[in-house]
Amino acid sequence: MGFDRLTSIEAITAGLDTVGYISTPDISTAVFLAQHLRKPILIEGPAGVGKTDLAKSTAAFLELPLVRLQCYEGLDEGKALYEWKYGKQLLYTQVLKEKLHHILDGAESLAASFEKLHGFDDLFFSEAFLEPRPLLQALRQEHGAVLLIDEVDKADEEFEAFLLEVLSDYQVTVPELGTVSALVPPLVMLTSNNTREIGDALKRRCLHLHIGFPEAGREARIVRARVPDISEALLKRLVAFVQTLRAEDIRKLPSIAETVDWARTLLILHAESLDADLVRRTLNVLLKFENDIRLVEPKLEKILRKAAEG
Amino acid sequence: MERPLNNFIRALRAAEIPVSTGEAMDAFRTAALLGYDDRSALKRGLAATMAKTLEEAETFDRIFDLYFRRGSPPASASPESAGAGGEAGPAPRDLAELARQGDATELSLAFEAAAEEVGVQRIQFSTQVGYFARRMLDVMGLQALEGRLIDRLRTGGAEAEAEAEELMAIRARLTGEARRIVEREFETFGQSATEAFRADVLRRRSLGELDRRDMERMKVLIQKMARRLAAKYSRRRRKRKTGQLDLRRTMRANAGVDGVPFTVHWRAKRRDRAKVVAICDTSQSVARSVRFLLLFLYSLTEVIPDIRSFAFSSRLKEVSGDFEDLDFETAMEKVLKEVGYGATNYGQALSDFVTDHPKAVDRRTTVIILGDGRSNYANPRLDLFKDIAAQAKAVIWLTPEGPSLWGTGDSEIQRYRAHCSALAHCTNAADLERAIDDVLASYQG
Repeated sequence: MGFDRLTSIEAITAGLDTVGYISTPDISTAVFLAQHLRKPILIEGPAGVGKTDLAKSTAAFLELPLVRLQCYEGLDEGKALYEWKYGKQLLYTQVLKEKLHHILDGAESLAASFEKLHGFDDLFFSEAFLEPRPLLQALRQEHGAVLLIDEVDKADEEFEAFLLEVLSDYQVTVPELGTVSALVPPLVMLTSNNTREIGDALKRRCLHLHIGFPEAGREARIVRARVPDISEALLKRLVAFVQTLRAEDIRKLPSIAETVDWARTLLILHAESLDADLVRRTLNVLLKFENDIRLVEPKLEKILRKAAEG
Repeated sequence: MERPLNNFIRALRAAEIPVSTGEAMDAFRTAALLGYDDRSALKRGLAATMAKTLEEAETFDRIFDLYFRRGSPPASASPESAGAGGEAGPAPRDLAELARQGDATELSLAFEAAAEEVGVQRIQFSTQVGYFARRMLDVMGLQALEGRLIDRLRTGGAEAEAEAEELMAIRARLTGEARRIVEREFETFGQSATEAFRADVLRRRSLGELDRRDMERMKVLIQKMARRLAAKYSRRRRKRKTGQLDLRRTMRANAGVDGVPFTVHWRAKRRDRAKVVAICDTSQSVARSVRFLLLFLYSLTEVIPDIRSFAFSSRLKEVSGDFEDLDFETAMEKVLKEVGYGATNYGQALSDFVTDHPKAVDRRTTVIILGDGRSNYANPRLDLFKDIAAQAKAVIWLTPEGPSLWGTGDSEIQRYRAHCSALAHCTNAADLERAIDDVLASYQG
């Protein structure tokens, strides 16, 4: 287990295959370089093409823990790095109130009491009261970890700047405890749906990986891996249909996640082949916008025919 | 093998991929890890380290293929395989040679011919300047020059280095010149907005007749800008004043536990949401840029949640609903059908605005006006404008006309200007972006 499994690009492709992730040379190369150059990977691409899944699968393949940090607007250091367990600290002070009398026993003046207390002050800001959040957790994994920073484009710009600091040295400073360096630097993957432009500084410090919609062969392999019960004939037709559909001018193109869902749907419906009526009834699995569905419905026959030819 | 990679990076930089020093170091380590034997693996690895956007990846592919061709670099002469653009035109002469000789007349003739061939006159938006300039240079044989440049970098050695340096300089100079020509063409069209030309634009109602690719480029640009705005915007709204205890809320929350502060509440400073009213002129006088203005308005609607948009020629109409529900093409057609291409009357529009939407503007609102301020000599109703400006937080006027035209003919813009917080001439996305940044900045504080 661990990072030593990332010996070559081929080993990565094969390894990801064993955990059900169908890789491409681009993806494997990026993972390989990420480990050997100690660089985070910034993964971009449309929703549902397996960005998050890559991190999960890599962690599964390496048998390392996956530490996930989901970004959102307003995410701050406290939520990402560490917090003090305030409630526990308070509880302890309340419980230990009595003990204070013992400790302070015999202290004549305020200065003397202060002196006596001084030896204990760090108690409440020690490991026992530290609540590690994802970034700190990832640094403290004994054998390393896969750190997934999901949807980094949703976080604020300040947070990006903060990430730069953490990701360049793989260490953070907790003022009360000192600097925590990674035992083993984690493999970091950042994903972005490109709802906003990621800062240039962050982009330039990461390896860049763009995962687009898969070509037919790879899509078929992915669906087969996820929905093993599907018949070959149906699989072929279904993938051809989705591939053709992607050429249409619609707002949200169906991605792999939708294809897999659709395959499952068809399986539940015991469908043996694709006909216009069946597709029409299940179209809402593939297309997520009312407008898109309305746009595609009249053209269904044509798309099906085109898919059958191509 | 250090030198080839070094020169490859220089070729990338010459093609405007901003490879940083850190990335260059990564590239060297990548090459050491992957080796030079498997070209496709090397290509993928180097792309991951140096090409950080899709556009950069495209350029990277092209240059990599040129640079790492198998076999030794050809001795001299421009590589034929580089295949310059321009299918029909005469075979492009050696561009570098032409530039080197420094024959100004011949060079400018070549530029003119290229401008003719790619149809620079069709330019509609100043955002297309880069695109047309590039097409012109392609026609003139820039790819051959680039091929030669990459070749020289591959070869290495003092002599080749010197030539590469020179070629880079020539490339930069030609690019500058081409941009200047296209910009001038754009200006000319701006200033000779004759009736005939207007009528021509009028006829072209549907977007389908516009060069679709150009429109796509434009959209991408604005969406990119909108994304950047979204980043700035959400950040400012979310600004919190942390670290200060909200005593009142804390005490109330902990009354049940004897006042021992188990749950604490911090004071948060709420920012105003940007509230924007945008009013867009869609009359004849701005026919040339109306698509641009509306596209911008449409993008704004997507970015800012609290926005009301209006359009007018003489009568004013709220278009927020159309923009939210319909896709851009349909919405634009609808808006132009209802209020488009009439004779402008700013006074009438302002009075409609005040009468029909008396509550649209309050002290938190920023009013954005898109238009040229040409009011066909009708009463500009400065009094109403002044009232609106006094109520609003800020009034920002964006005009497609250049400053030299302000106040000429029926332009009232100089008189409106007195009541605007900002007046900006904007013909390209960069101008727009700056102006909108100002809007968002005015909410700080």
